[in-house]
Amino acid sequence: MKWFFISWFIALFVQAAFAADIYPFVSPVEQVRFQKLTEQLRCLVCQNQSLADSNAPLASDLRNEVYREMRQGKSDKQILNYLVSRYGNYILFKPLINKATLVLWFGPFVILFGVVLFLVIYLQRRSKRGKSEC
Amino acid sequence: MAARKKMKSNIRYFIPFCIFLVLIVFLWKSLEKNPYQLPSALINKPLPHFNMSTLNGNQRMTENNFLGQVSLLNVWATWCISCRVEHPILLDISDSKAVAIYGLNYKDNSHLADKWLRDYGNPYKENIIDPKGHLGIDLGVYGTPETYIIDKQGVIRYKFVGPISTDDWRNTLLPVIEKLEEEKRT
Repeated sequence: MKWFFISWFIALFVQAAFAADIYPFVSPVEQVRFQKLTEQLRCLVCQNQSLADSNAPLASDLRNEVYREMRQGKSDKQILNYLVSRYGNYILFKPLINKATLVLWFGPFVILFGVVLFLVIYLQRRSKRGKSEC
Repeated sequence: MAARKKMKSNIRYFIPFCIFLVLIVFLWKSLEKNPYQLPSALINKPLPHFNMSTLNGNQRMTENNFLGQVSLLNVWATWCISCRVEHPILLDISDSKAVAIYGLNYKDNSHLADKWLRDYGNPYKENIIDPKGHLGIDLGVYGTPETYIIDKQGVIRYKFVGPISTDDWRNTLLPVIEKLEEEKRT
């Protein structure tokens, strides 16, 4: 029983290992906002990780930038634009929806719809034919 | 009637095969793409404004120093091994006087940088010191070495990521530089 509680207690500290640097936040709201922003941004060195997770020096530098911009009162959109104008759209995990990415975003649904439609028509035709052949 | 049925079943096999071929073409082409070669967001944009000290101590540099000539801005550091690899090629370029090379000493120690250049040779006309990496962020630097080609108007026209090989210089960078040389300074 004692070990049960001790292991839970230790587990509470594991969470702290994720934050690479410590920033003084004015409020928990600000901290959540920082977390959300840095999770949307890709680390360009370790490209499958977000700025929130990555230990790369560039990620640390860019987290500093996000924090600085937040302190200056910039909006989320302004902060994201600040980084996109320097690093390009790839720094965002979610690709923007524009002419170039329409196929990427909606293509799979269009193909799925087309295939389902084809299947429905095909199966209906087959069942009709089957009835006439009986 | 039988012939039509036969043709129908042949087409049935043919269509998935065509889709497979198209998929293979796309996937094969994607294999050649390098996710670390990101297109720069700054192509055809002017150099960002900056005012920073140089390795030579008393001088400072701004984006206006780049006006009037085609130049290279090479981002490097003493801790960067690939920079050491491309360094001899930079020396060759500087000896050939094909284009002026400016350096951006990125997140480095000036004393170490000085010693490095004295030991291995100095291809740079001038070196901007960026110890915190602020100018690097404004330029969209994510991995050294990176080399920007800047035209006579101080506009970034090309970005090369990674160490420059002799082939890269001859086949990729030099043609761009020669084209930019022909542009008149406005």
